[in-house]
Amino acid sequence: MQYTLLILALPLLSFAVLGLVDAKWKPKVAGTIGTTILGIITILSYFAAWQYFTQYKVDGVYQKVIAFDYEWLRFNDLLHINLGILLDPISVMMMIVITTVSFMVNLYSLGYMKGEKGFQRYYAFLSLFAFSMLGLVMATNIFQMYIFWELVGVSSYLLIGFYYTRPAAVAAAKKAFIVTRFADLFFLIGILLLSYFTKTFDFSILTSSNANVFAEATSKTFMGFSMLSWAMALIFIGGAGKSAMFPLHIWLPDAMEGPTPVSALIHAATMVVAGVFLVARLFPVYVVFTPEVLHGIAYVGAFTALFSAIIACVQTDIKRVLAFSTISQIGFMMVGLGVSGYGGHEGVGYMSSMFHLFTHAFFKSLLFLGAGSVIHTVHSNEMKDMGGLRKYMPITNWTFLIACLAIAGIPPFSGFFSKDEILSASYSFSPAMGGIMTFIAGLTAFYMFRLYYNIFWGKEFKPATQSENHHGHGNTPHESPFSMSSALVFLGVVTCVAGLIPFGHFITSDGVPYDIHINLTVASVSIIVALVGIIIATYLYRKENEIPEKLAKTFDGFYKAASHRFYIDEVYLFITKKIIFNNIARPIAWFDRHVIDGTMNGIANSTQWVAVKIKGFQSGQIQQYAYVFLLGTLLVAALVIFLI
Amino acid sequence: MGDILTNFFTGTVPIEAYLGLSLIMFFCGVYGFLTRKNMLMILISVELMLNAADINFAVFNRYLYPGQLEGFYFSLFTIAIAACETAVAIAIIINIYRNLKSVEVDNLNQMKE
Repeated sequence: MQYTLLILALPLLSFAVLGLVDAKWKPKVAGTIGTTILGIITILSYFAAWQYFTQYKVDGVYQKVIAFDYEWLRFNDLLHINLGILLDPISVMMMIVITTVSFMVNLYSLGYMKGEKGFQRYYAFLSLFAFSMLGLVMATNIFQMYIFWELVGVSSYLLIGFYYTRPAAVAAAKKAFIVTRFADLFFLIGILLLSYFTKTFDFSILTSSNANVFAEATSKTFMGFSMLSWAMALIFIGGAGKSAMFPLHIWLPDAMEGPTPVSALIHAATMVVAGVFLVARLFPVYVVFTPEVLHGIAYVGAFTALFSAIIACVQTDIKRVLAFSTISQIGFMMVGLGVSGYGGHEGVGYMSSMFHLFTHAFFKSLLFLGAGSVIHTVHSNEMKDMGGLRKYMPITNWTFLIACLAIAGIPPFSGFFSKDEILSASYSFSPAMGGIMTFIAGLTAFYMFRLYYNIFWGKEFKPATQSENHHGHGNTPHESPFSMSSALVFLGVVTCVAGLIPFGHFITSDGVPYDIHINLTVASVSIIVALVGIIIATYLYRKENEIPEKLAKTFDGFYKAASHRFYIDEVYLFITKKIIFNNIARPIAWFDRHVIDGTMNGIANSTQWVAVKIKGFQSGQIQQYAYVFLLGTLLVAALVIFLI
Repeated sequence: MGDILTNFFTGTVPIEAYLGLSLIMFFCGVYGFLTRKNMLMILISVELMLNAADINFAVFNRYLYPGQLEGFYFSLFTIAIAACETAVAIAIIINIYRNLKSVEVDNLNQMKE
């Protein structure tokens, strides 16, 4: 399956053609190049997936296939870094998700970004992102994964800061990069710890559940936990940074400053689930050797899901609602992994987490693209500028509704199946966890329909006056162009049918196919909870009325805290500006400016002083030189004559 | 003084007389080199120093190795080289004059920058 290398090489080529070669393409050509190449690799990866799932099953177990391997850096026999392509169920699944959503986003952007400055740059960055993300999921070893991990960070930074003339976008890009980079530091330390004790970077060795590999790492302890637990926890922190787990979630809502299709691709469907993917990739290690870390992941995920679901209920910027909803759904995935055991029915959490990742990628990118379509029309992100749009944008309305039903967990849309599996896995972990997750599922249904009604129902649409209208067309909202609506329709169809895929046949914790049984009790409870959420939202927001404001008044303190995102950003600012800057950064800066720079300046100044003093010797007057020369000669002659 | 004059007229000049002459010539050259400002005069002073050295070659050959010719040949070589050197120096001086409209050595300090 060497041709899978093409899946990596083509986006890189497209990035090189669009971004590195010093050529100005026409926007249409640039967009076509990017979209076509993404289309080709989408087809290639479907083919690869088909081939993988039909041909690489030995004794009923899906094998890990190393399609390509190349020794990139060799330090000694033990320490060498390879670059390669690893195909196993989750990487193939991710490959499909990434290429499909990327392709849709490329297609959609043809319409959405039309006429924007930097169109070619945008497509170059999209290709770079596709390359890095595919490299990440297909990595054969943890170090290669780290390299691509940073590459997706860079592409995310570049795309968030795409509108680099807007200070908010620049700040958001910086924030995203710094926060994830900060988390990646722990990831790197974790990698180093892990590979120091296990003597390998290779995933196929690490995930073989071979106790000998981890013997040294488990035997050494530090502060009550084994080195392996520390390493795995640190690696999870890296994943938590990318996947916006509490308290490292602060970058994701701000990342919405980027173009909306980018939010759909990077900050909803692909990059933010890299952390989930990382935990899934190392799942055998977590589940066999460090179950305590895995439980920690479950609690972090559950808290994050709850926390961000509450915030999502009160945000007024539609993209921020979606951002917090993304964080919440990633929390769901983390919980799925965290509560999972290994193999068969025990491993249903793992399967459901991957399933949810799969379905979430489609319906959440659909939501974002739908939101983008709305923003494209009304030129505002705020709910107050919208309302009653269903008459003007039927396609967006229907696809958005489908996605909302999917995320709320209403059958037969895809979100129901995956979320239901996570819920039943949580119930078998502990009833409390299951109860909390069900409550969050209800909240999800509520805030998604609050969003839906505020955009498409509610008050009648009044054209916004002060919002910029740079596209030059009139104020009447209208359906988006074909390239955009076709992406919406495609993703809508996928959202409808993705849940019917027998996912357990393809991806399980141990590679053995497993039949999903829908737990009727859990399913009916979750459907009822979701319906209750939807009904409350309908009651509050379907028609413009006073109740939401009254409620906000009643719970004034809580409402304010939630709409300020529980002041986490302020806490960060306080810690960085007041504590770190004042007590660490400023003394270091002082030391640098005064002691280190002072030493260097001192050397330079004394050299200069000496130079000024002796520069008179070099007068340029030949006779003066000759005079000195003569005196010197006479002196030497006198010495020779009189002393020797 | 009387001895020297006597010897001079009788044809037996002592070596000190030649060396004294070349010494005086050499330091006249040094003095001229250090004090004259006109480059042509400096060139002449350099020639004077070279000629003083030529006399030394001839004298030492005459007194230390009579009957041999190395010293004389060295003098001839030096004269030839001095001629070449003068030609080069004059060419340089002419170029300097063209650039600076002057052959005063004091004006020639651009090299220090």
